[in-house]
Amino acid sequence: MSEMNLTTPKMEKPTGLAMTMHQWKTALQTKTPYLMTFGIALWLGAYYLFVEGWELPRFNKLPGPVEVITEWLNPDPDWGMSLFTPEYYDHVTVSCRRILISFGIATGVGVPLGLFMGWSKVFRDYSFPILETLRPIPILAWVPLAILMFTGFETPVIFLATLASLFVTTLNTLLGVDSIDDDYFRAAKSLGSKQHHIFFHIVVPGALPFIFTGLQISVGVAWFSLVAAEMVSGEFGLGYLIVDSYMNITYVTMVIGMLTLGFTGWASSVIVRMVGNRMMQWRLRALALEGR
Amino acid sequence: MSATANTKGAISIRNLTKIYDPDGVNVMAVDNCSLEIAAGEVCMIVGPSGCGKTTLLNGIAGFHSITEGEIYLDDELLCGPSKPKAEQGADRMVVFQHGALFPWKTLSENVAYGPMVQGVLKKNEALEKAGHMLAEAGLGDVGHKYPGEVSSGMARRAEIVRALINDPKVLLLDEPYRAMDSLTKSIMHEALLEVYDRTKVTIFFITHDLEEAIFLGDRVAIMTTRPATIKKIVDVKIPRPRSYETLSSEGFRKLVDETKEAVHEEAIKAFEAGERELA
Repeated sequence: MSEMNLTTPKMEKPTGLAMTMHQWKTALQTKTPYLMTFGIALWLGAYYLFVEGWELPRFNKLPGPVEVITEWLNPDPDWGMSLFTPEYYDHVTVSCRRILISFGIATGVGVPLGLFMGWSKVFRDYSFPILETLRPIPILAWVPLAILMFTGFETPVIFLATLASLFVTTLNTLLGVDSIDDDYFRAAKSLGSKQHHIFFHIVVPGALPFIFTGLQISVGVAWFSLVAAEMVSGEFGLGYLIVDSYMNITYVTMVIGMLTLGFTGWASSVIVRMVGNRMMQWRLRALALEGR
Repeated sequence: MSATANTKGAISIRNLTKIYDPDGVNVMAVDNCSLEIAAGEVCMIVGPSGCGKTTLLNGIAGFHSITEGEIYLDDELLCGPSKPKAEQGADRMVVFQHGALFPWKTLSENVAYGPMVQGVLKKNEALEKAGHMLAEAGLGDVGHKYPGEVSSGMARRAEIVRALINDPKVLLLDEPYRAMDSLTKSIMHEALLEVYDRTKVTIFFITHDLEEAIFLGDRVAIMTTRPATIKKIVDVKIPRPRSYETLSSEGFRKLVDETKEAVHEEAIKAFEAGERELA
Protein backbone atom coordinates (compact mmCIF):
# COMPACT_ATOMS: atom_id res chain seq x y z
CA MET A 1 0.00 0.00 0.00
CA SER A 2 2.66 2.48 1.02
CA GLU A 3 4.95 1.51 -1.86
CA MET A 4 2.11 2.03 -4.26
CA ASN A 5 1.56 5.57 -3.03
CA LEU A 6 5.23 6.38 -3.22
CA THR A 7 5.70 5.21 -6.77
CA THR A 8 2.64 7.04 -8.07
CA PRO A 9 2.89 10.42 -6.39
CA LYS A 10 1.24 12.23 -9.29
CA MET A 11 -2.03 10.29 -9.00
CA GLU A 12 -4.75 12.85 -8.45
CA LYS A 13 -6.91 12.48 -5.44
CA PRO A 14 -10.65 12.44 -6.07
CA THR A 15 -12.56 15.24 -4.40
CA GLY A 16 -16.13 16.11 -3.46
CA LEU A 17 -18.83 13.68 -4.50
CA ALA A 18 -16.40 11.41 -6.35
CA MET A 19 -14.38 11.03 -3.16
CA THR A 20 -17.46 10.25 -1.08
CA MET A 21 -18.58 7.66 -3.63
CA HIS A 22 -15.10 6.20 -3.68
CA GLN A 23 -15.00 6.00 0.12
CA TRP A 24 -18.38 4.28 0.19
CA LYS A 25 -17.29 1.82 -2.43
CA THR A 26 -14.11 0.96 -0.57
CA ALA A 27 -16.00 0.66 2.69
CA LEU A 28 -18.48 -1.77 1.14
CA GLN A 29 -15.62 -4.00 0.06
CA THR A 30 -14.56 -4.55 3.66
CA LYS A 31 -16.31 -6.77 6.18
CA THR A 32 -17.14 -3.89 8.49
CA PRO A 33 -20.56 -2.75 7.19
CA TYR A 34 -21.83 -6.35 6.99
CA LEU A 35 -20.63 -7.23 10.45
CA MET A 36 -22.19 -4.05 11.81
CA THR A 37 -25.52 -4.85 10.16
CA PHE A 38 -25.36 -8.39 11.43
CA GLY A 39 -24.59 -7.20 14.97
CA ILE A 40 -27.52 -4.82 15.01
CA ALA A 41 -29.85 -7.46 13.53
CA LEU A 42 -28.76 -9.99 16.13
CA TRP A 43 -29.40 -7.57 18.97
CA LEU A 44 -32.77 -6.44 17.61
CA GLY A 45 -33.76 -10.05 16.93
CA ALA A 46 -32.99 -11.13 20.48
CA TYR A 47 -34.79 -8.09 21.87
CA TYR A 48 -37.83 -8.90 19.71
CA LEU A 49 -37.91 -12.60 20.57
CA PHE A 50 -37.49 -12.11 24.31
CA VAL A 51 -40.06 -9.34 24.61
CA GLU A 52 -42.59 -9.68 21.84
CA GLY A 53 -41.97 -13.16 20.34
CA TRP A 54 -41.67 -15.53 23.24
CA GLU A 55 -42.87 -13.03 25.84
CA LEU A 56 -40.49 -14.40 28.44
CA PRO A 57 -41.35 -13.66 32.08
CA ARG A 58 -40.17 -10.20 33.22
CA PHE A 59 -39.28 -9.32 29.63
CA ASN A 60 -42.96 -9.19 28.73
CA LYS A 61 -43.32 -6.09 30.91
CA LEU A 62 -40.97 -4.14 28.60
CA PRO A 63 -41.93 -2.30 25.45
CA GLY A 64 -40.76 -4.39 22.48
CA PRO A 65 -38.89 -3.16 19.41
CA VAL A 66 -41.91 -3.27 17.10
CA GLU A 67 -44.00 -1.30 19.55
CA VAL A 68 -41.24 1.28 20.10
CA ILE A 69 -40.43 1.77 16.43
CA THR A 70 -44.11 2.01 15.45
CA GLU A 71 -44.66 4.63 18.11
CA TRP A 72 -41.47 6.48 17.19
CA LEU A 73 -42.56 6.77 13.57
CA ASN A 74 -46.23 7.38 14.31
CA PRO A 75 -47.54 10.77 13.11
CA ASP A 76 -50.26 10.47 15.75
CA PRO A 77 -48.48 8.76 18.67
CA ASP A 78 -50.48 6.84 21.26
CA TRP A 79 -48.37 8.13 24.15
CA GLY A 80 -47.84 11.63 22.83
CA MET A 81 -44.20 11.50 21.72
CA SER A 82 -42.74 10.61 18.31
CA LEU A 83 -40.63 12.00 15.46
CA PHE A 84 -43.70 13.95 14.40
CA THR A 85 -44.36 15.84 17.63
CA PRO A 86 -42.64 19.18 18.30
CA GLU A 87 -42.13 18.32 22.01
CA TYR A 88 -39.78 15.52 20.99
CA TYR A 89 -37.48 18.01 19.30
CA ASP A 90 -37.78 20.40 22.24
CA HIS A 91 -36.29 17.74 24.50
CA VAL A 92 -33.54 16.90 22.01
CA THR A 93 -32.62 20.55 21.38
CA VAL A 94 -32.60 21.43 25.06
CA SER A 95 -30.25 18.55 25.86
CA CYS A 96 -28.01 19.25 22.88
CA ARG A 97 -27.79 22.91 23.80
CA ARG A 98 -26.84 22.02 27.36
CA ILE A 99 -24.18 19.62 26.08
CA LEU A 100 -22.82 22.25 23.74
CA ILE A 101 -22.51 24.75 26.58
CA SER A 102 -21.10 22.37 29.19
CA PHE A 103 -18.75 20.56 26.82
CA GLY A 104 -17.64 23.93 25.48
CA ILE A 105 -16.88 25.28 28.95
CA ALA A 106 -15.23 22.03 30.04
CA THR A 107 -12.98 22.03 26.97
CA GLY A 108 -12.25 25.74 27.15
CA VAL A 109 -11.19 25.44 30.78
CA GLY A 110 -9.93 21.85 30.92
CA VAL A 111 -7.53 21.90 27.98
CA PRO A 112 -5.61 25.03 29.05
CA LEU A 113 -5.67 23.85 32.67
CA GLY A 114 -4.24 20.46 31.72
CA LEU A 115 -1.64 22.04 29.44
CA PHE A 116 -0.43 24.36 32.18
CA MET A 117 -0.40 21.56 34.72
CA GLY A 118 1.66 19.42 32.39
CA TRP A 119 3.96 22.22 31.40
CA SER A 120 4.67 23.90 34.72
CA LYS A 121 5.79 21.82 37.66
CA VAL A 122 4.89 24.60 40.08
CA PHE A 123 1.38 24.93 38.71
CA ARG A 124 0.91 21.18 38.89
CA ASP A 125 2.08 21.04 42.49
CA TYR A 126 -0.51 23.66 43.37
CA SER A 127 -3.44 22.17 41.59
CA PHE A 128 -2.99 18.43 41.26
CA PRO A 129 -4.10 17.44 44.80
CA ILE A 130 -7.31 19.43 44.41
CA LEU A 131 -8.05 17.86 41.06
CA GLU A 132 -7.42 14.37 42.39
CA THR A 133 -9.66 14.94 45.41
CA LEU A 134 -12.57 16.40 43.49
CA ARG A 135 -12.35 14.01 40.55
CA PRO A 136 -13.58 10.81 42.22
CA ILE A 137 -16.70 12.46 43.69
CA PRO A 138 -19.60 11.10 41.64
CA ILE A 139 -21.67 13.63 39.84
CA LEU A 140 -24.83 12.68 41.73
CA ALA A 141 -23.11 13.65 44.97
CA TRP A 142 -22.74 17.17 43.58
CA VAL A 143 -26.47 17.54 42.93
CA PRO A 144 -27.50 19.03 46.31
CA LEU A 145 -24.57 21.43 46.25
CA ALA A 146 -25.38 22.46 42.69
CA ILE A 147 -28.97 23.19 43.66
CA LEU A 148 -27.81 25.20 46.68
CA MET A 149 -25.25 27.15 44.68
CA PHE A 150 -27.26 27.99 41.60
CA THR A 151 -30.76 29.26 41.07
CA GLY A 152 -33.23 28.03 38.49
CA PHE A 153 -33.20 24.78 36.57
CA GLU A 154 -30.68 25.52 33.88
CA THR A 155 -27.50 26.53 35.67
CA PRO A 156 -27.26 23.58 38.10
CA VAL A 157 -27.75 21.13 35.25
CA ILE A 158 -25.07 22.76 33.13
CA PHE A 159 -22.75 23.02 36.12
CA LEU A 160 -23.03 19.28 36.79
CA ALA A 161 -22.43 18.26 33.17
CA THR A 162 -19.49 20.67 32.91
CA LEU A 163 -17.87 19.44 36.08
CA ALA A 164 -17.72 15.78 35.12
CA SER A 165 -16.40 16.42 31.67
CA LEU A 166 -13.91 19.03 32.93
CA PHE A 167 -12.06 16.49 35.07
CA VAL A 168 -11.72 14.01 32.20
CA THR A 169 -10.46 16.66 29.80
CA THR A 170 -7.99 18.12 32.28
CA LEU A 171 -6.51 14.79 33.26
CA ASN A 172 -6.15 13.55 29.69
CA THR A 173 -4.55 16.80 28.58
CA LEU A 174 -2.12 16.58 31.47
CA LEU A 175 -1.23 13.01 30.56
CA GLY A 176 -0.87 14.15 26.95
CA VAL A 177 1.80 16.65 27.93
CA ASP A 178 3.53 13.98 30.02
CA SER A 179 3.55 11.65 27.03
CA ILE A 180 5.68 13.99 24.91
CA ASP A 181 9.16 12.56 24.41
CA ASP A 182 11.90 14.54 26.19
CA ASP A 183 13.93 14.65 22.99
CA TYR A 184 11.37 17.00 21.42
CA PHE A 185 11.84 19.47 24.26
CA ARG A 186 15.60 19.13 24.02
CA ALA A 187 15.56 19.59 20.27
CA ALA A 188 13.26 22.59 20.52
CA LYS A 189 15.43 24.21 23.16
CA SER A 190 18.63 23.56 21.20
CA LEU A 191 16.99 25.11 18.15
CA GLY A 192 16.61 28.31 20.14
CA SER A 193 13.00 28.17 21.35
CA LYS A 194 11.81 30.49 24.07
CA GLN A 195 9.26 29.27 26.60
CA HIS A 196 6.26 30.43 24.58
CA HIS A 197 7.59 28.70 21.45
CA ILE A 198 7.89 25.47 23.38
CA PHE A 199 4.35 25.85 24.67
CA PHE A 200 2.73 26.50 21.30
CA HIS A 201 4.98 24.40 19.05
CA ILE A 202 5.68 21.39 21.28
CA VAL A 203 3.33 21.16 24.25
CA VAL A 204 0.08 21.90 22.44
CA PRO A 205 0.53 19.78 19.28
CA GLY A 206 2.31 17.03 21.20
CA ALA A 207 -0.57 16.65 23.63
CA LEU A 208 -3.24 16.81 20.93
CA PRO A 209 -3.69 13.03 20.41
CA PHE A 210 -4.34 12.56 24.12
CA ILE A 211 -6.51 15.66 24.26
CA PHE A 212 -8.82 14.29 21.59
CA THR A 213 -8.99 10.86 23.15
CA GLY A 214 -9.96 12.71 26.32
CA LEU A 215 -12.54 14.83 24.53
CA GLN A 216 -14.24 11.76 23.10
CA ILE A 217 -14.56 10.34 26.58
CA SER A 218 -15.51 13.67 28.07
CA VAL A 219 -18.34 14.30 25.62
CA GLY A 220 -19.77 10.93 26.68
CA VAL A 221 -19.30 11.80 30.33
CA ALA A 222 -21.02 15.12 29.69
CA TRP A 223 -24.01 13.23 28.29
CA PHE A 224 -24.42 10.87 31.17
CA SER A 225 -23.94 13.47 33.84
CA LEU A 226 -26.35 15.74 32.00
CA VAL A 227 -29.00 13.06 32.00
CA ALA A 228 -28.41 12.35 35.68
CA ALA A 229 -28.79 16.04 36.38
CA GLU A 230 -31.89 16.34 34.22
CA MET A 231 -33.46 13.45 36.05
CA VAL A 232 -33.04 15.23 39.35
CA SER A 233 -33.74 18.76 38.34
CA GLY A 234 -34.98 20.20 35.09
CA GLU A 235 -38.15 20.54 33.13
CA PHE A 236 -36.94 19.57 29.68
CA GLY A 237 -34.31 17.40 28.12
CA LEU A 238 -33.91 13.73 27.34
CA GLY A 239 -33.07 12.80 30.92
CA TYR A 240 -36.18 14.53 32.12
CA LEU A 241 -38.22 12.84 29.37
CA ILE A 242 -37.03 9.41 30.48
CA VAL A 243 -37.83 9.94 34.16
CA ASP A 244 -41.08 11.70 33.38
CA SER A 245 -42.25 8.84 31.13
CA TYR A 246 -41.35 6.36 33.84
CA MET A 247 -43.45 8.31 36.37
CA ASN A 248 -46.38 8.43 33.94
CA ILE A 249 -45.99 4.75 33.06
CA THR A 250 -45.48 5.58 29.39
CA TYR A 251 -42.66 3.06 28.99
CA VAL A 252 -42.64 3.24 25.21
CA THR A 253 -41.77 6.94 25.33
CA MET A 254 -39.12 6.13 27.91
CA VAL A 255 -37.37 3.73 25.52
CA ILE A 256 -37.67 6.25 22.67
CA GLY A 257 -35.92 8.75 24.93
CA MET A 258 -33.17 6.25 25.73
CA LEU A 259 -32.53 5.37 22.10
CA THR A 260 -32.56 9.02 21.08
CA LEU A 261 -29.98 9.65 23.76
CA GLY A 262 -27.86 6.82 22.38
CA PHE A 263 -27.92 8.18 18.86
CA THR A 264 -27.23 11.80 19.77
CA GLY A 265 -24.40 10.71 22.06
CA TRP A 266 -22.89 8.64 19.29
CA ALA A 267 -23.20 11.51 16.82
CA SER A 268 -21.49 13.89 19.22
CA SER A 269 -18.47 11.67 19.64
CA VAL A 270 -18.26 11.17 15.87
CA ILE A 271 -18.12 14.95 15.50
CA VAL A 272 -15.36 15.21 18.09
CA ARG A 273 -13.40 12.49 16.31
CA MET A 274 -13.80 14.23 12.96
CA VAL A 275 -12.55 17.54 14.35
CA GLY A 276 -9.61 15.68 15.90
CA ASN A 277 -8.69 14.02 12.64
CA ARG A 278 -8.84 17.33 10.87
CA MET A 279 -6.49 18.92 13.39
CA MET A 280 -4.07 15.99 13.38
CA GLN A 281 -3.40 15.34 9.70
CA TRP A 282 0.19 14.42 10.56
CA ARG A 283 -0.98 11.56 12.73
CA LEU A 284 -3.75 10.42 10.42
CA ARG A 285 -1.40 10.17 7.46
CA ALA A 286 1.27 8.29 9.38
CA LEU A 287 -1.32 5.83 10.67
CA ALA A 288 -2.75 5.41 7.17
CA LEU A 289 0.66 4.38 5.87
CA GLU A 290 0.83 1.77 8.59
CA GLY A 291 -2.41 0.42 7.20
CA ARG A 292 -4.62 1.56 10.05
CA MET B 1 43.48 18.77 6.84
CA SER B 2 41.52 20.43 4.07
CA ALA B 3 42.36 23.84 2.64
CA THR B 4 38.98 25.23 3.67
CA ALA B 5 39.47 24.07 7.23
CA ASN B 6 37.02 25.44 9.71
CA THR B 7 38.21 27.75 12.43
CA LYS B 8 35.23 27.36 14.72
CA GLY B 9 33.88 24.43 16.64
CA ALA B 10 36.87 23.17 18.63
CA ILE B 11 35.73 21.13 21.61
CA SER B 12 37.92 20.58 24.60
CA ILE B 13 36.84 18.08 27.23
CA ARG B 14 39.08 18.32 30.29
CA ASN B 15 39.11 15.78 33.10
CA LEU B 16 35.40 15.17 32.84
CA THR B 17 33.76 13.01 35.47
CA LYS B 18 30.09 12.21 35.67
CA ILE B 19 28.49 10.36 38.55
CA TYR B 20 24.84 9.38 38.34
CA ASP B 21 23.03 8.80 41.54
CA PRO B 22 20.00 6.62 40.94
CA ASP B 23 18.37 5.68 44.26
CA GLY B 24 21.38 6.80 46.25
CA VAL B 25 23.70 4.30 44.60
CA ASN B 26 26.47 6.16 42.87
CA VAL B 27 27.25 5.07 39.37
CA MET B 28 30.32 6.53 37.78
CA ALA B 29 29.56 6.87 34.08
CA VAL B 30 32.61 8.81 33.01
CA ASP B 31 35.89 8.95 34.89
CA ASN B 32 38.43 11.70 34.35
CA CYS B 33 38.04 11.75 30.60
CA SER B 34 39.87 14.24 28.41
CA LEU B 35 39.52 14.75 24.69
CA GLU B 36 40.53 17.52 22.33
CA ILE B 37 38.60 17.88 19.12
CA ALA B 38 39.91 20.33 16.56
CA ALA B 39 37.67 22.71 14.65
CA GLY B 40 36.30 21.02 11.58
CA GLU B 41 37.29 17.55 12.70
CA VAL B 42 35.13 14.47 12.46
CA CYS B 43 35.63 12.76 15.78
CA MET B 44 34.05 9.36 16.20
CA ILE B 45 33.36 7.99 19.66
CA VAL B 46 33.27 4.20 19.78
CA GLY B 47 32.60 2.05 22.79
CA PRO B 48 30.44 -0.74 24.14
CA SER B 49 26.74 -0.05 24.69
CA GLY B 50 26.02 1.95 27.81
CA CYS B 51 29.61 2.88 28.47
CA GLY B 52 28.95 6.59 28.85
CA LYS B 53 29.34 7.87 25.31
CA THR B 54 26.01 9.66 25.43
CA THR B 55 26.99 11.18 28.78
CA LEU B 56 29.73 13.09 26.97
CA LEU B 57 27.25 14.27 24.38
CA ASN B 58 24.73 15.30 27.04
CA GLY B 59 27.42 17.33 28.73
CA ILE B 60 28.36 19.18 25.54
CA ALA B 61 24.76 19.73 24.47
CA GLY B 62 23.68 20.88 27.91
CA PHE B 63 21.11 18.15 28.53
CA HIS B 64 22.75 16.97 31.74
CA SER B 65 25.09 18.44 34.29
CA ILE B 66 28.59 17.16 34.77
CA THR B 67 30.11 16.26 38.12
CA GLU B 68 33.71 17.37 37.66
CA GLY B 69 35.92 18.79 34.93
CA GLU B 70 35.25 21.28 32.18
CA ILE B 71 34.07 21.42 28.61
CA TYR B 72 35.10 24.28 26.34
CA LEU B 73 33.84 25.26 22.93
CA ASP B 74 36.34 27.48 21.11
CA ASP B 75 37.97 28.45 24.42
CA GLU B 76 34.64 29.44 25.87
CA LEU B 77 33.56 27.56 28.96
CA LEU B 78 30.40 25.53 28.32
CA CYS B 79 30.30 23.84 31.68
CA GLY B 80 32.62 23.43 34.60
CA PRO B 81 32.66 23.63 38.38
CA SER B 82 31.05 27.07 38.35
CA LYS B 83 28.15 25.97 36.12
CA PRO B 84 27.66 22.20 35.99
CA LYS B 85 25.14 22.35 33.16
CA ALA B 86 25.85 24.00 29.81
CA GLU B 87 23.29 26.30 28.22
CA GLN B 88 21.60 24.67 25.28
CA GLY B 89 22.20 26.57 22.10
CA ALA B 90 21.95 26.46 18.34
CA ASP B 91 25.76 26.46 18.04
CA ARG B 92 25.68 22.77 19.05
CA MET B 93 23.02 20.87 17.16
CA VAL B 94 22.06 17.36 18.16
CA VAL B 95 20.81 14.61 15.90
CA PHE B 96 19.06 12.19 18.20
CA GLN B 97 19.33 8.44 18.37
CA HIS B 98 15.63 7.85 17.80
CA GLY B 99 15.10 10.95 15.70
CA ALA B 100 13.43 14.04 17.02
CA LEU B 101 11.83 15.72 14.05
CA PHE B 102 8.55 17.14 15.33
CA PRO B 103 5.97 14.71 13.95
CA TRP B 104 3.31 17.43 13.82
CA LYS B 105 5.34 19.62 11.48
CA THR B 106 6.17 18.93 7.85
CA LEU B 107 9.82 18.43 6.95
CA SER B 108 10.00 22.04 5.66
CA GLU B 109 8.41 23.39 8.82
CA ASN B 110 10.82 21.36 10.91
CA VAL B 111 13.80 22.76 9.07
CA ALA B 112 12.43 26.31 9.15
CA TYR B 113 11.73 26.10 12.89
CA GLY B 114 15.19 27.08 14.18
CA PRO B 115 15.75 30.31 12.24
CA MET B 116 12.11 31.21 12.82
CA VAL B 117 12.08 30.97 16.61
CA GLN B 118 15.51 32.55 16.88
CA GLY B 119 14.08 35.51 15.02
CA VAL B 120 16.78 35.25 12.36
CA LEU B 121 14.30 34.85 9.53
CA LYS B 122 10.61 35.55 9.07
CA LYS B 123 8.40 32.52 8.68
CA ASN B 124 8.11 32.60 4.89
CA GLU B 125 11.80 33.37 4.46
CA ALA B 126 12.68 30.49 6.73
CA LEU B 127 10.38 28.15 4.81
CA GLU B 128 11.92 29.25 1.55
CA LYS B 129 15.44 28.64 2.82
CA ALA B 130 14.32 25.29 4.24
CA GLY B 131 12.99 24.36 0.82
CA HIS B 132 16.32 25.15 -0.81
CA MET B 133 18.30 23.25 1.77
CA LEU B 134 16.04 20.22 1.58
CA ALA B 135 16.35 20.23 -2.19
CA GLU B 136 20.12 20.37 -1.83
CA ALA B 137 19.94 17.26 0.33
CA GLY B 138 17.80 15.48 -2.25
CA LEU B 139 14.58 16.00 -0.30
CA GLY B 140 13.03 18.62 -2.54
CA ASP B 141 9.96 16.55 -3.31
CA VAL B 142 9.04 15.58 0.22
CA GLY B 143 9.29 18.90 2.05
CA HIS B 144 5.51 19.07 2.42
CA LYS B 145 5.31 15.63 4.01
CA TYR B 146 5.18 14.82 7.68
CA PRO B 147 8.03 12.82 9.25
CA GLY B 148 5.66 9.88 9.70
CA GLU B 149 5.13 9.72 5.97
CA VAL B 150 8.74 9.35 4.85
CA SER B 151 11.34 6.63 5.33
CA SER B 152 13.61 6.72 8.36
CA GLY B 153 16.54 7.50 6.09
CA MET B 154 14.81 10.56 4.67
CA ALA B 155 13.69 11.66 8.11
CA ARG B 156 17.23 11.39 9.43
CA ARG B 157 18.59 13.35 6.52
CA ALA B 158 15.98 16.04 7.10
CA GLU B 159 16.98 16.17 10.75
CA ILE B 160 20.55 16.88 9.73
CA VAL B 161 19.30 19.64 7.42
CA ARG B 162 17.28 21.05 10.35
CA ALA B 163 20.53 21.20 12.30
CA LEU B 164 22.61 22.67 9.48
CA ILE B 165 20.26 25.54 8.68
CA ASN B 166 21.33 27.08 12.00
CA ASP B 167 24.93 27.10 10.85
CA PRO B 168 26.11 25.29 13.98
CA LYS B 169 29.70 25.09 15.14
CA VAL B 170 29.31 21.47 16.08
CA LEU B 171 27.08 18.65 14.96
CA LEU B 172 26.47 16.10 17.71
CA LEU B 173 25.19 12.77 16.43
CA ASP B 174 24.12 10.03 18.80
CA GLU B 175 24.13 6.72 16.92
CA PRO B 176 21.85 8.23 14.30
CA TYR B 177 21.96 5.23 11.97
CA ARG B 178 21.70 2.56 14.62
CA ALA B 179 18.40 1.04 13.59
CA MET B 180 19.04 1.13 9.86
CA ASP B 181 19.82 -1.71 7.52
CA SER B 182 23.28 -1.68 6.01
CA LEU B 183 22.12 -0.52 2.58
CA THR B 184 20.32 2.52 3.92
CA LYS B 185 23.25 3.13 6.22
CA SER B 186 25.67 3.30 3.29
CA ILE B 187 23.49 5.91 1.60
CA MET B 188 23.31 7.89 4.84
CA HIS B 189 27.08 7.76 5.20
CA GLU B 190 27.67 9.13 1.76
CA ALA B 191 25.14 11.87 2.37
CA LEU B 192 26.82 12.84 5.62
CA LEU B 193 30.26 12.84 4.00
CA GLU B 194 28.88 15.06 1.28
CA VAL B 195 27.51 17.46 3.90
CA TYR B 196 30.81 17.45 5.72
CA ASP B 197 32.87 18.08 2.61
CA ARG B 198 30.65 21.06 1.87
CA THR B 199 30.39 22.60 5.34
CA LYS B 200 33.44 21.31 7.25
CA VAL B 201 31.41 21.51 10.42
CA THR B 202 32.93 19.84 13.48
CA ILE B 203 31.28 16.45 13.95
CA PHE B 204 31.04 14.55 17.23
CA PHE B 205 29.63 11.18 16.25
CA ILE B 206 28.77 8.38 18.65
CA THR B 207 28.56 4.85 17.35
CA HIS B 208 29.41 1.31 18.27
CA ASP B 209 30.03 0.35 14.68
CA LEU B 210 33.79 0.37 14.18
CA GLU B 211 33.71 0.30 10.39
CA GLU B 212 31.33 3.24 10.35
CA ALA B 213 33.67 5.10 12.69
CA ILE B 214 36.75 4.55 10.57
CA PHE B 215 34.95 5.24 7.32
CA LEU B 216 33.58 8.60 8.48
CA GLY B 217 36.10 9.87 10.99
CA ASP B 218 39.32 11.82 11.07
CA ARG B 219 39.95 10.29 14.45
CA VAL B 220 38.31 7.48 16.34
CA ALA B 221 38.24 7.65 20.12
CA ILE B 222 37.74 4.23 21.64
CA MET B 223 36.15 4.34 25.06
CA THR B 224 36.59 1.87 27.86
CA THR B 225 33.63 0.24 29.49
CA ARG B 226 32.05 2.03 32.44
CA PRO B 227 33.35 4.18 34.02
CA ALA B 228 34.30 5.46 30.62
CA THR B 229 37.54 7.07 29.73
CA ILE B 230 39.50 7.19 26.48
CA LYS B 231 41.29 3.90 25.86
CA LYS B 232 42.88 4.66 22.56
CA ILE B 233 42.72 7.28 19.84
CA VAL B 234 43.17 6.11 16.27
CA ASP B 235 44.14 8.57 13.54
CA VAL B 236 42.44 7.77 10.28
CA LYS B 237 44.76 8.91 7.55
CA ILE B 238 42.51 7.96 4.66
CA PRO B 239 42.27 10.96 2.34
CA ARG B 240 39.00 12.77 1.68
CA PRO B 241 36.73 12.85 -0.18
CA ARG B 242 35.98 9.25 0.68
CA SER B 243 33.59 7.01 -1.14
CA TYR B 244 32.36 3.51 -0.80
CA GLU B 245 35.43 2.17 -2.56
CA THR B 246 37.35 3.24 0.50
CA LEU B 247 35.70 0.40 2.39
CA SER B 248 37.47 -2.23 0.33
CA SER B 249 40.84 -0.46 0.28
CA GLU B 250 43.73 -2.15 2.01
CA GLY B 251 44.42 0.82 4.27
CA PHE B 252 40.87 0.75 5.57
CA ARG B 253 40.84 -2.99 6.25
CA LYS B 254 44.17 -2.78 8.01
CA LEU B 255 42.95 0.00 10.28
CA VAL B 256 39.81 -1.94 11.16
CA ASP B 257 41.88 -5.01 12.01
CA GLU B 258 44.25 -3.02 14.18
CA THR B 259 41.44 -1.39 16.09
CA LYS B 260 39.07 -4.31 16.42
CA GLU B 261 41.02 -5.88 19.25
CA ALA B 262 40.75 -2.84 21.51
CA VAL B 263 37.00 -2.50 20.99
CA HIS B 264 36.38 -6.19 21.41
CA GLU B 265 38.26 -6.25 24.69
CA GLU B 266 36.02 -3.53 26.12
CA ALA B 267 32.89 -5.17 24.77
CA ILE B 268 33.77 -8.36 26.64
CA LYS B 269 34.40 -6.44 29.85
CA ALA B 270 31.10 -4.63 29.50
CA PHE B 271 29.26 -7.85 28.82
CA GLU B 272 30.80 -9.61 31.81
CA ALA B 273 30.03 -6.68 34.10
CA GLY B 274 26.45 -7.14 32.95
CA GLU B 275 25.43 -3.71 34.18
CA ARG B 276 22.34 -2.03 32.98
CA GLU B 277 23.05 0.50 30.25
CA LEU B 278 22.85 4.12 31.27
CA ALA B 279 22.07 6.96 28.99
